[in-house]
Amino acid sequence: MYAWLWHKLPGSPRTRVLTALVLVAAAVAVLWWVVFPLFEPVVRLDEVTVRK
Amino acid sequence: MAIPGARIVQEYPDRMRAMLRAVGETSITAGLILMLFCAYLLWGTGAYTQRQQLLLQRELAAERAAQERLRTVRPGQALAELRIPRLGRDYAYAIVEGVGTAHLKRGPGHYPDSAMPGEVGNFVVSGHRTTYAAPFNEIDELERDDEIVVEAREARYTYRVTSQDIVRPDEVGVLAPVPGKPGIRPVRAFITLTTCHPEYSAAKRLIVYGVLKETEPRKE
Repeated sequence: MYAWLWHKLPGSPRTRVLTALVLVAAAVAVLWWVVFPLFEPVVRLDEVTVRK
Repeated sequence: MAIPGARIVQEYPDRMRAMLRAVGETSITAGLILMLFCAYLLWGTGAYTQRQQLLLQRELAAERAAQERLRTVRPGQALAELRIPRLGRDYAYAIVEGVGTAHLKRGPGHYPDSAMPGEVGNFVVSGHRTTYAAPFNEIDELERDDEIVVEAREARYTYRVTSQDIVRPDEVGVLAPVPGKPGIRPVRAFITLTTCHPEYSAAKRLIVYGVLKETEPRKE
């Protein structure tokens, strides 16, 4: 998968590295600000109230 | 000698290699995402709480200036400031009214049905232990006679810690006007802090009890 992606990236090895870093950063940003906040309430590892 | 699949491996080595690589890459990716999610839970959620705390603190300051009556507090509104000197000179959190998920993300939450600060009965506050800035992370370190200060609009209430307990999540007796003794009419003002126990688990609840020691009315 990663090898295939690498071959798909255009340009010299240097531009490829930069593009790859930007892609990784974009993936992390989407996870951190979109996916994780949606998923977090499901985990419930920090339940603090007492109730029946 | 019949190892299952051995013939396939011999006949299609390239295909097997590609498959194994795909499985490996997927596993590594999943592992990295999980690690990132843990980091988010520990630190990412705290950033949200810190922003909300600033808003709540601002609300408290405005309410103090307006000298509104304490009884008018609504869910989601800032109620009072909580300070625990044992947990650090800078330890201060705005308590929000309500213990819904959305409330507790903003800071320690006050049970709406429990007593108000300084009032006879039980002033119950719940707070996160590991996520969302983890305001109650270290309340297990509180010892007998440690001070819990609640800066309400009309007065500063200083409680002293009396004991700690670990209970089941459904043990609602700790919320009673006299904590642990449902049905008894209170004559003193108690405080009860609740959080999860052990850390990173929802299995039990850690409870810290206290009783009102001193009331200093705010100067007009």
